[in-house]
Amino acid sequence: MIKNIVNLGDAAIYCDFGNEVDKETNLKVIKYFKNIKDKNLKGVTNLSPSYNKLIITFDLNETSFDKLSLDLSNLDIENEIENKCQKINIPLCFDDEYSLDIPRLEKKLSKSKNELIKIFLSKTYFCYMTGFIAGMPFLGDLNKSIMLDRLETPRVKVPKGSVGLTEQFCNIYTFESPGGWNIIGNTPIKIFNSLSLSKPNLINPGDEVSFYEINKKEYLKVYNE
Amino acid sequence: MNEYFEVIRGGINSTFQDEGRKNFSHIGLPFSGVMDKRNFVIANTIINNQKEDPVLEFAYQGPSLKYFGNKRFIVITGDVNFKITKNNKKEILGNCYKTIEIDNGDIIDIISTNKSVYGYFTVNGGFKINRVWGSYSTTVRAGVGPNKGNKLLNGQNIKLNKSNVIQSRSLNFVNSKIEFIRVIKGTNFQFFSDQSKRDFFSKVFVVTKLTDRMGMRLEGVKLKNLKKTNIKSEGLVKGTIQVPADGNPIILLSDHGTIGGYPKFGVVISADYDKLIQLPPGSKIKFKEILLKDAENLYKIYNMETNNILNKIK
Repeated sequence: MIKNIVNLGDAAIYCDFGNEVDKETNLKVIKYFKNIKDKNLKGVTNLSPSYNKLIITFDLNETSFDKLSLDLSNLDIENEIENKCQKINIPLCFDDEYSLDIPRLEKKLSKSKNELIKIFLSKTYFCYMTGFIAGMPFLGDLNKSIMLDRLETPRVKVPKGSVGLTEQFCNIYTFESPGGWNIIGNTPIKIFNSLSLSKPNLINPGDEVSFYEINKKEYLKVYNE
Repeated sequence: MNEYFEVIRGGINSTFQDEGRKNFSHIGLPFSGVMDKRNFVIANTIINNQKEDPVLEFAYQGPSLKYFGNKRFIVITGDVNFKITKNNKKEILGNCYKTIEIDNGDIIDIISTNKSVYGYFTVNGGFKINRVWGSYSTTVRAGVGPNKGNKLLNGQNIKLNKSNVIQSRSLNFVNSKIEFIRVIKGTNFQFFSDQSKRDFFSKVFVVTKLTDRMGMRLEGVKLKNLKKTNIKSEGLVKGTIQVPADGNPIILLSDHGTIGGYPKFGVVISADYDKLIQLPPGSKIKFKEILLKDAENLYKIYNMETNNILNKIK
């Protein structure tokens, strides 16, 4: 199932599951990720699953690329992933203050703001991966009519809670951060909780996420809670 | 009696760190931890704490700390200019790699690192802080770690554990410079032109001011990508040299974003990481290509050297 395993530097293994970005490939990555995580292989320090790759870092004092590759090839990957994937509903406010790029997208896509929102809210999205910044979910796939390129010049600061679009994906900025995605709205709820060890991320790989619209008054009510 | 430091000045980026935090990369939290592992281990060994105890790491200008408590020892490692103002106003110029006795009311002013970036400060007995998610490392960008995930702030206090008994100890040690930073080819090395591959391993690059715990941006000859300047976002590891469309390499450091979409030209070997991160802006870097087997051997030698250094502590 892994198409290729190579070293990434002297303390990481790069598992390549192909070049496709689709749910089927990603579920294979998630399956490997969950299995390897459960097995506590000697020396493994971190696992980074993404659309179609899995990177495993290790402590060079405890193992090596050759040893860990062998451990991986002997691993019995169970066929079924525990089906713990959740369905999560995220409130989203499209007030002008939050929908930073919608005026530009209206022109670019020749669609009204209402049309854009309707298309966006009509789908349930699959969480491919989380990361870049802590807790940021990468969700897909967007309806083809609202797929976009990144901004030519990224923003220095994207506000926390912003929901952005790029290519077939949307994401949620869990912190204020630099970023180049097209911002359409903002959620008042906490996606990453640094105080919760058991469940720091609200959204995890494999989860199904949908959005619903709230007005500014409702936004502020949740935000201030 | 509660013994503590009052933070008169927090410094530029002073954080508690240990060896790093495992098992959270998949939620977007980098490994973090001390940038210069050798100087971290030396500090803890000289002061007779556990090897994995947390230390205070600072960059460029460090903190200024006023001590309240009974006599105890401190140590600073790295290449650091600091002074201690005694309660009777007498000033002592500090020496790195040597325990220094401090007394109630003394002020330790960590003025700056010399031609390097990071230094380490600790006390016998250690800092009274809690592990967060299995580690004392601070990832400021995510707000995770001791001190509520923050760097040291002016006016705060740092509580200390009870001091353990030690004799004064020191080490005769000078941080050596390195001629080349050694690199293993990355997974997208083949995206680049033959000329750029040759340039990378023969021309000089300069560390820019855009350098911090997350990454080090370099300038020099631009690297030409013939295939594609973006890849589908995938995991990253510290030491990765990624090259965005503008052709200027960025080396990812301990607090790097966990995933990214720039091609991976190479990865700095583990044995050279401590030396790499100590290069301040304006430093010149030359890279040398190396194979995995050689990198693994160099790491063993690095460990042996560290042990030899620790054995010289008297």
